[in-house]
Amino acid sequence: MPDALPTTGATRALRTAPRPGQEHVAQPLTEDLGAVDAVRTQDAPAGFWREAWRGMRRRPLFWVSGALIVLVLLVAAFPGLFTSIDPRTCALSDALDPARAGHVFGFDRQGCDIFSRTMHGARASLTVGVLTTLLVTVVGTVAGALAGYLGGWADTLLARVTDIFFAIPLVLAAIVIMSLASTRTALTVALVLASFGWPPIARIARGTVMSVKNDEFVTAARSLGMGRAGILVRHVLPNSAAPIIVYATVALGTFIVAEATLSFLGIGLPPSVVSWGGDISQAQGAIRTDPEILLYPAGALALTVLGFIMMGDVVRDALDPKARTR
Amino acid sequence: MRWYIGRRVLQVIPVFLGATLLLYALVFLRPGDPVLALGGERGLPEAVQEQIRAEFHLDEPFLVQYLLYLKGIVTLDLGVTFTGREVTEVIAQALPVTFQLALMALLIEAVLGVGFGLLAGMRKGGLFDSSVLVLSLLVIAVPTFVVGFVLQIVVGVQLGWLPITAGRDPDVVSLLMPATVLAATSFAYVLRLTRTSVQESLSADFVRTARAKGLSRAQVTGRHVLRNSLIPVVTFLGADLGALMGGAIVTEGIFNIHGVGGTLFDAITRGENVTVVSLTTVLVLVYIVANLAVDLLYAALDPRIRYA
Amino acid sequence: MSAPTPRTPPDPDVPLLEVRGLEVTFSTGGGPVQAVRGADLTVYPGQSVAIVGESGSGKSTTAHAVVDLLPGTGKVTGGSIRFAGREVVGLGRREVEALRGDQIGLVPQDPMSNLNPVWRIGSQVEEALRANGFRGSRAQRRARVAELLAEAGLPEAAQRATMYPHEFSGGMRQRALIAIALAARPRLLIADEPTSALDVTVQRQILDHLDVLTDELGTAVLFITHDLGLAAERAEHLVVMYRGQVVESGPARAILADPQHPYTRRLVTSAPSLSSRRIQVAHARGEEPVDDLLARHADEPAAPRDEVVVASHLTKVFRTRGRGARATGFTAVDDVSFTLTRGRTLALVGESGSGKSTAANMVLGLLEPTAGTVLFDGQDVGGLSRREQLAFRRRIQPVFQNPYGSLDPQYSVYRSLEEPLRLHRVGDRAAREARVRDLLDMVALPQDVMRRFPAELSGGQRQRVAVARALALEPEVVVLDEAVSALDVLVQAQVLDLLAGLQRELGLAYLFITHDLAVVRQIADSVVVMREGKVVEHAPTDDVFDAPRERYTRDLLAAIPGAGLVLPAGS
Repeated sequence: MPDALPTTGATRALRTAPRPGQEHVAQPLTEDLGAVDAVRTQDAPAGFWREAWRGMRRRPLFWVSGALIVLVLLVAAFPGLFTSIDPRTCALSDALDPARAGHVFGFDRQGCDIFSRTMHGARASLTVGVLTTLLVTVVGTVAGALAGYLGGWADTLLARVTDIFFAIPLVLAAIVIMSLASTRTALTVALVLASFGWPPIARIARGTVMSVKNDEFVTAARSLGMGRAGILVRHVLPNSAAPIIVYATVALGTFIVAEATLSFLGIGLPPSVVSWGGDISQAQGAIRTDPEILLYPAGALALTVLGFIMMGDVVRDALDPKARTR
Repeated sequence: MRWYIGRRVLQVIPVFLGATLLLYALVFLRPGDPVLALGGERGLPEAVQEQIRAEFHLDEPFLVQYLLYLKGIVTLDLGVTFTGREVTEVIAQALPVTFQLALMALLIEAVLGVGFGLLAGMRKGGLFDSSVLVLSLLVIAVPTFVVGFVLQIVVGVQLGWLPITAGRDPDVVSLLMPATVLAATSFAYVLRLTRTSVQESLSADFVRTARAKGLSRAQVTGRHVLRNSLIPVVTFLGADLGALMGGAIVTEGIFNIHGVGGTLFDAITRGENVTVVSLTTVLVLVYIVANLAVDLLYAALDPRIRYA
Repeated sequence: MSAPTPRTPPDPDVPLLEVRGLEVTFSTGGGPVQAVRGADLTVYPGQSVAIVGESGSGKSTTAHAVVDLLPGTGKVTGGSIRFAGREVVGLGRREVEALRGDQIGLVPQDPMSNLNPVWRIGSQVEEALRANGFRGSRAQRRARVAELLAEAGLPEAAQRATMYPHEFSGGMRQRALIAIALAARPRLLIADEPTSALDVTVQRQILDHLDVLTDELGTAVLFITHDLGLAAERAEHLVVMYRGQVVESGPARAILADPQHPYTRRLVTSAPSLSSRRIQVAHARGEEPVDDLLARHADEPAAPRDEVVVASHLTKVFRTRGRGARATGFTAVDDVSFTLTRGRTLALVGESGSGKSTAANMVLGLLEPTAGTVLFDGQDVGGLSRREQLAFRRRIQPVFQNPYGSLDPQYSVYRSLEEPLRLHRVGDRAAREARVRDLLDMVALPQDVMRRFPAELSGGQRQRVAVARALALEPEVVVLDEAVSALDVLVQAQVLDLLAGLQRELGLAYLFITHDLAVVRQIADSVVVMREGKVVEHAPTDDVFDAPRERYTRDLLAAIPGAGLVLPAGS
């Protein structure tokens, strides 16, 4: 039997006997080699969303932010559960009175119960935040997904339109439009915020759709004879959802801040609606003497936003494909 | 490279036209008649109304008005306010303060954001990283105006370190607090962006190769980690200049600064559409120019872009 | 280090690198994971040694531990690493930094990601000089950089040094990385799969060059590779790793001739480079080769000799957006013709940019040819109505390269396999489920896999699922686009075996797209060699291998690692 003699680098291999430490040795077979590429069957099956959920559940931050969000939602939906005092029944004689039994936060400049107003203010913020986020997500996803999926002129058009909307800062645009609006309700505020808030989602959706549509499983679906629309709905969109969800969660928090800013400036929700932004604006006048009137609505606002952006962080970590593969 | 610059500059034109048209339409197509509103309860005589309409081209079709307005921008003749002041003069008075404020804010967020972000990114999962991350979340969660009030009370009133309001012709010291407030939210975003960007660079193959060459840790950090991480951060900062100027409206209100924000807000409440549109146009222009500058800077920072 | 250390000529009989009982542990969310378990390794000065193993064997981890460049949470938890007689484990940061570069150099695996995109090539080479004590004027440094790049085989080095990485091809980048690794004249060069990301002909050139260079400089080389053929060809001493352990080590010739450990034996039998070499040897001796999988049709009943796919004069021009209005055309496929016979395998072979995948996509009807036609069973694929197209899709199915991209990550295996059946309205629910079970049987996967998601399966298992999906509609033709290229050697052999079995059983015709001629030898009946969109050579497999007519084909054949090895036939 002829030897297997490497020809290249043979000059180095002329030595006949191996040197110390380089003798031919084989380990005894310590464990079963097993079948090549055997399937592990003991773990429970894990889909993408189920794995993400498992990952989130392990994080303490998820439970903290989740509890915050649930609490705020509860307050917004049923403020009556937390306070029986009408936020609009105020007596000027109580104005700026400190806390007393049944009125844990005290009274504001109009003599309204601050605790009650803080509880009832949640609804306005959440309604605008949730509505805006829904609108933005739907509009942004549809526009971005179509542009990314169809490409060509649709893509160019969207790129230009988003550039235009990007060029006008959100708060500035909202101030201009809101100051002109004849009716000011949660819906109008949400519409105004949404009409200038959708481009980032459209860009995100466009980017992920463009990368997903080049994946091989999409080509495989085409080879099976699936139509363009079918592929978009069944394969491309579900696989593009993660970054959109992450952005939407964080955006919810920022929209709540934007609403409060508008109300603070007096061009958001009208004073007849109890809102944190409005109350902060009211408290502004007494800031030197009674700063705590301002801190209650501001604190509630900050906690709410904190809940959503923390949740956004947790969701990002759970859904980020880069973090998953590592 | 020249090709890239040319294309980028050309792309600015439709964006500028689109954005100004959009703003112009929003302001001028609203229900209600500004001229009627001008007269208040009693109303102006018919002849005066007609005269005002003619003077401000309010009797022309919308597109003609818009084109006249564009002409005004190009010739730097934006007309006069209802009270007779030159709009260009109004802008010239308001713009420098806001610009100074925004630049100071930009500087604060860039230095602090990149610094903290770099330190946090280098020590992922450590105590510093975790606390900085929580801090950034808090800063994002608390609205600008609340930060403003808190700083006013604590730094201005209780500690007495900085003046509480800025007023007319403010100097750098009196703008320090407003600039910090204005920078707060963006600072948190810059910090987070730098942090993730640094973490990504740290695990990049070319950083390992740089270490394998025998470079010291400081050399690897400076030349490879930080240099590459800055690319997305610079993009964010450039885009943020426009947002800071537009967002200064709240900060200026709190600190009683007579900048673009305050002027704009007054103009809005008074219904001076010409002033509103002119000021917003300036802000849009700043935003577009800042973005253009960033794109060109981006090309300088990342050689791959120049040939794209 | 302030000045280059004066180097005494090394004693050739004192080991340069001695690794004993090395243990490396990664801490993960699920607890510590041992990546290397008690590895031993010895390298003498000027010698070349190769660590061979599949992905996850711990071969790269072992090498990175030597220079203290373990990724993430990796830590050396036991054993010793002695370099030039000095213990490396536990050295301080500065001492390790002093070791890197001028004592131990590293040529990394992927040339695309290992150069910093924002710095010029020259400055990245210069960095390596300066970090290791090279003091000199600007001009001197620049001259030295050009020298080093030229030495690594880059022509016009001085001018190339001012370019950025993205202006370099993969091969040029790898040469720049070699220049960087050798800049400070290290005594040991660790080459981590230095060419596996490159085209085969470039691979060979670079490896040859590296061989000559390290020979001249007297540098010891530690190769990390998955290819036993390549390892045996390039190194005199081999270390075979499997699941973190060194299972066998010894002189290359001894291991190839007489593998002791069952795992090594599997590797020797399965490595395509070695298999193709064995077939070659068997042919030369007039023996029956045992390694080829598909090429033995002579002793089988002749299949009906009809031509199922006829591609004639296929041309595809892509419009590229040029600078300005000069939109230029890029001809990806240029007048390509071939014929695929029922029950047989035709291989389309070429390097990147040869147009082989574009040609395959035209056959699949996914791309419209600019000129030329594809006839499927006598019918023009281009002019099908919607209904005819759906029927056509059932008869030809693809399997793609990337085992991580070819299945929808959000679909369970059941859903992925059921989708084609549902789409083509095959059977009711129960019938479809039974069919899915059949398909899993065919690709030798347990039924349990049905409920699992792609992320839970290995690359090979995913490719088997992809094969099952392709077979769901009982096609006549399967297009295998680099379907086994991303798989580890043993898994690759397993999937190839499976494909061969299915072909015999179901009478499938395969259009096999690959860059790997070694695999072609085992599986294809005939070969089309493509280069830059054109057909270079089209002939039966044995003719191409035994008597290649074109120079380019000969280059490709010579580039198969281990082509120069003398092997015992039919071991």
